[in-house]
Amino acid sequence: MTMLPPPSPKKLGLVIDLDICVGCHACAVACKEWNDGGQFGPLPDENPYGKEPLSVWFNRVHTYEVETQDNGKPPMTVHFPRSCLHCETPDCVTVCPTGASYKRAEDGIVLVDEDKCIGCQLCAWACPYGAREFSEQRGVMQKCTLCIDRIYNETLDEIDRQPACVMACPTRARHFGDLGDADSAVSKLVAERGGYDLMPEMGYKPVNKYLPPRERRDGCPSKVATPQEEKVDFSTASPLLRWMDKLLSR
Amino acid sequence: MHPALSVIFFTAVSGTGYGLLFLLGLILAADALLFSRAQALIVLATGSVFAAAGLSASLFHLGQPQRAWRALSQWRNSWLSREGVAALLSFAPVFALGFALWRDAAASTLRACAIVLAVMAVITVCCTAKIYTSLKTVHAWHNAYVLPGYLLFGLLGGAAWLWALAAMTGADDALVQRDLPVLVAVLAAACAMLKRFYWRFIDTTRHAATVESATGLGRYGAVRSVEAPHTEENYLTREMGFALARKHAATLRVIALVLFAVLPVALALPALIFRSTTLAIIHASVTALCVTAGIFVERWLFFAEAKHVVMLYYGSEHTRMSANLVYRR
Repeated sequence: MTMLPPPSPKKLGLVIDLDICVGCHACAVACKEWNDGGQFGPLPDENPYGKEPLSVWFNRVHTYEVETQDNGKPPMTVHFPRSCLHCETPDCVTVCPTGASYKRAEDGIVLVDEDKCIGCQLCAWACPYGAREFSEQRGVMQKCTLCIDRIYNETLDEIDRQPACVMACPTRARHFGDLGDADSAVSKLVAERGGYDLMPEMGYKPVNKYLPPRERRDGCPSKVATPQEEKVDFSTASPLLRWMDKLLSR
Repeated sequence: MHPALSVIFFTAVSGTGYGLLFLLGLILAADALLFSRAQALIVLATGSVFAAAGLSASLFHLGQPQRAWRALSQWRNSWLSREGVAALLSFAPVFALGFALWRDAAASTLRACAIVLAVMAVITVCCTAKIYTSLKTVHAWHNAYVLPGYLLFGLLGGAAWLWALAAMTGADDALVQRDLPVLVAVLAAACAMLKRFYWRFIDTTRHAATVESATGLGRYGAVRSVEAPHTEENYLTREMGFALARKHAATLRVIALVLFAVLPVALALPALIFRSTTLAIIHASVTALCVTAGIFVERWLFFAEAKHVVMLYYGSEHTRMSANLVYRR
């Protein structure tokens, strides 16, 4: 059923802290590893060791350079993980002709039913965030499941019931929780740090939020900018060294 | 956007087929005796074969074509689903009209079938266009020029083929040597005008989103992509980052204009002036082929020139990457 469900009180999603992401791609690799063997896998690699490998990933990490307004400061480098934002009103769900693309009424997770998907790829065309990647080998669309087979998995310890990308992040730049609950840790983080939506002008109301990088400190421009000539004072050195200096300076 | 041959064939050929069916419906509704039963049946068969061939071609774009029947279920919200339903329903008046013609039914029955056929043809082509215009992510598709374009090009293709079929089956002289060439010339001019406006629109306007709004980093200053997430192509850069066409877009636009507008007008005018049956047959057949080729080029450009907003994430740096890949091949 590709009609959107009424807005759910529970909105599961991610909060990504661009201030501390170091761009190590651990989230992307952990995602690929879990989902390749998980319920929504495999994530096939076409020609993996060949000239032009092609492969499905649910999470991709970009790197941007931001020119700061203040000319004295060096540009900011920002690492930027990009995955499905589990939007509240996404077109990727409503364009689906088969009912394969759907948004769960209970927690807002956007999923693809791979047994119904005909591989028309219209949902990928409708997504401005590039969250969906078509698998040529399987003939169906694949996307982030918010690790639904982890977060509700009662065979895992409670502490492990989080998306693989969140578990893997070595800097804790990724947080998982209920963004529909104003008292949840993630909602508080978003409120405190001014978390924002990507491309709000598209009107899809993403659930996932990004925390802005903090302004960089001044750095030490004098140290970096002007390398000074090295000067050594031999006047206080031993006579042998003074003689050596004289000899070598000739 | 990657111009997949299956989708180009689907929109171009089914559009022409429905254009032919629409014109046949209109003519039979106005004057049931203008065509003989055999002539009407030939036009009906050609139109429905075109429509069916185009629709079948769309199945080749699917990853799981054996599940295509599932696409009929979500007509309440999906334009692709509506298109499928409308396309299937449009064959009801095709068969009804065919049966009525074959059994020599009364003029009122013929007229009723013809009107339903014309309406269903318009609805189906509108649904095809809406598949593309409903995508807010593609600026070149999400605008007011696209729907009229699909309708006009469907009509132009249909008119050109109707002229060729009418000339070849020896239809009424006034129709073959006056009405249809005039219709083809007028539609060709209208398509050329619309395309000029459309091309000016996509050349001078941009999608509202920017790399700054896509990343949310615009508050600090200009954002530049310095490293893509992957060194080789992925599905997104292959499907949405098709840059090859833009290099030759200007030349291809001229080729399209010549094929679907200049040549048809140049071929229709002598047919109007000299009023010869042989000349009409030759000119009408060549026009039908030119128009069809022109629609293919126009449709190829419609996909290839369209930029998807997701490419903002890959920045200008990606264009270099894909350009290198293209030249390396």
